[in-house]
Amino acid sequence: MLARTVTHALVGLDARRVDVEAHLQGGIVSAFALVGLADRACSEAKHRVRSGIASAELQWPGGRVTVNLAPAELRKEGSGFDLPIALAILAASRQVPPERVVEHAAVGELGLNGRLRPVGGVLAAAEGARTSGLTKLLCAAECAAEASLAGIEPIAVRHLAEAVAYLRGERDPPPVESANGHGPERPCPDLADVRGQERARRALELAAAGGHNLLLAGPPGIGKTMLAQRLPGILPRLPPDEALEVTRIHSVAGLLPPGRPLVTVPPFRAPHHTASVSAIVGGGPGPKPGEASLAHRGVLFLDELAEFPRNALEALRQPLEDGAIAVARVAGRIVFPARFQLVATMNLCPCGARGDPAAECTCSAARLAAYRDKLSRALLDRFDLLVTVPRPRARELGGEPGEASAAVHARVSAARDRAEGPKLRRAPEADELLSKAVDRLALSARGRARVARVARTAALLAAAEEVRTEHVAEALSFRSPSELGSR
Amino acid sequence: MSDITLAAFAAETGGHVVEEPRELRFKRFERGFDAAGFLRSLEERDFRFVGRSSPAFPRLLLELHDPPPGLFLRGAAPPELLTRPAVAIVGARACSSYGAQVARLLGRELAAVGLVVVSGLARGVDGEAHRGALEAGGLTVAVLGCGVDRDYPAGHAQLARRICERGLVVSEFAPGVEPAPWRFPARNRIIAGLAAATVIVEARERSGALITADFALEAGREVFAVPGEITSALSAGTNGLLRLGAVPLTSSADVLEQLGLEAPQAKTPSLGPEASAILTVLAKQPAGADELSRATGLGAAAIATALAELELAGVVAEADGLFRGVMPQQ
Repeated sequence: MLARTVTHALVGLDARRVDVEAHLQGGIVSAFALVGLADRACSEAKHRVRSGIASAELQWPGGRVTVNLAPAELRKEGSGFDLPIALAILAASRQVPPERVVEHAAVGELGLNGRLRPVGGVLAAAEGARTSGLTKLLCAAECAAEASLAGIEPIAVRHLAEAVAYLRGERDPPPVESANGHGPERPCPDLADVRGQERARRALELAAAGGHNLLLAGPPGIGKTMLAQRLPGILPRLPPDEALEVTRIHSVAGLLPPGRPLVTVPPFRAPHHTASVSAIVGGGPGPKPGEASLAHRGVLFLDELAEFPRNALEALRQPLEDGAIAVARVAGRIVFPARFQLVATMNLCPCGARGDPAAECTCSAARLAAYRDKLSRALLDRFDLLVTVPRPRARELGGEPGEASAAVHARVSAARDRAEGPKLRRAPEADELLSKAVDRLALSARGRARVARVARTAALLAAAEEVRTEHVAEALSFRSPSELGSR
Repeated sequence: MSDITLAAFAAETGGHVVEEPRELRFKRFERGFDAAGFLRSLEERDFRFVGRSSPAFPRLLLELHDPPPGLFLRGAAPPELLTRPAVAIVGARACSSYGAQVARLLGRELAAVGLVVVSGLARGVDGEAHRGALEAGGLTVAVLGCGVDRDYPAGHAQLARRICERGLVVSEFAPGVEPAPWRFPARNRIIAGLAAATVIVEARERSGALITADFALEAGREVFAVPGEITSALSAGTNGLLRLGAVPLTSSADVLEQLGLEAPQAKTPSLGPEASAILTVLAKQPAGADELSRATGLGAAAIATALAELELAGVVAEADGLFRGVMPQQ
């Protein structure tokens, strides 16, 4: 006896349709074979499915059971195949009506007690189901809201027995709360917590308004990290199409919070400097998105930039340029989107005392040079804004709490709206200042473009009609400090 | 005896030779030495040689009691550049941002009035002095303690190339000679010898720059020292020189006066009210942007704008996030 269910396997961020076929052959010898290029987690499904069916007080068919995951040449990973395998076996043994089963896509991991567990990539699976022409997806209750984002009807089930009851038409599935983004947001840390640091705050505002990459340099303990963490809070919320893009990536990585799956706040990712290259740009045998892709449409924060291995930093140059990462494998090439805003911090020297009037730097010239050599010109050139923050004096720290994120957020959003309008022209005097700076400060062509970009953002923030001298001058004050060794 | 034979013999033996040695080894070397071929090979590599018997050899250098047999030159300038009035600016390699900014300012201002800025291409003060001169579009000469084919320190290879575009990189050591600690004092004597006056910007108590000062005094040249904080180890050497009678340097005009040159009218750049307010605060001590914001009551954007204006005018420089006024206070 033969039956079939439909599920989806992940290839990068895309779902490919997989037909799960179960074939039963009567006989005395009881056997269970799973074929179709399943990986370790997937082939262990055999044991989970067998226990799950028993726990749901259903019948394990006697004789030889063969399950095929087609197409057979596609590598299948993960535990999301448990539910479709179980349903295919139950349909083949006519414990559920096979014609009902093929109307549904299914995805989910089974516990030994038959409980359904959530898995990653449900959004992609739901989108895949929609393209396959199916309208219903059987999945764990925790994933139902996520599946509904794809415009498909999720059938939320908590237990295999529940799924069977639903398919037999004995009961209706529980209703699913829609995840249209109206749930409570996870609060972002507020800028009001940062006292003083007006210059760094201003740089942060410019970075947010123009989507510029930002490098904060300065001695340790002055609040560089604290500032960077507050960037997502002042960035505009993601528009629906981008939110869905980000949600899809986070879904594949299994990072979505249950209950409120749609990511509307720009993500903030802060990999540690011991992270491997593939952890940062993505990779693995069945490639998974790395931190750079998880930061898509959000902020990638690299604390202690110079401590990152050089090859990891160089690997970031591709996404900084193209907004995407291509991972090549023998089986094909997978492209992960990675259009992120890079924010990094660094000390001014390995011992950290530089820039701190109260401490004496003990680094030798050679050590200092080696530290700064780690950052190639090419990488430093990607930062539109470079701020060197000296250690604040005590009385600055005793000051008033800073401006709250909400106010900055409003200005940033207004500037972004204005950026949609006609492109601002530079006033003749502003042009003159820029040319003078190119000669006097030996700016490269890229450096000049960088200053022009930041000047435009400053003008947008000020709601100016054109880019004026003061905007160019301000942009110039955030150019690469020669102290970073990039003369 | 020719100058080139002596210079080549010095390179061959690795010694420091200023007079014709009496040893047999030199006689043997002289017999087998192909001076024309040696000069040709220099020419092929775009190097030149000026012997001390040549009329182009700088007069001031001849006044030393041990002038080198000659100088190897690299760069676009004619050898006559070495005979023009020159000022040496030297100091610590590991200098403070104050030392670096003063060196650059002096290099710029002295080169702007047409003086040749002589220094040693080392990190720190030396490099900044060269850069200042280049910034002003002036002429500068780097004296090396190794062959002119070597860029030493390696980090200044590009600086050396920029110097060569209009100025000279010179050495008494033939191409191929490696840098060695004992060759640097010999190099310092050439720096002091080429210049009518020597300025020490920052020096620790036992610094190579003090050796240069000694050579300058020995040759009867003027020695200037830039006063520093008495609590800073980096100023111990220069302040020591002042105690011994060196002339304190408070602006580039002090050097010009000594050389009998007219100081150009100091043109005060026309600054906006914000920039002037910032300059007043910075006259007391270096400050970060946020401190300036507090002291002047200006917002972060206005401060950034004014600081860029001041930096472009060359009156303020930034190091490690601290801004510093770099015009001497009169």
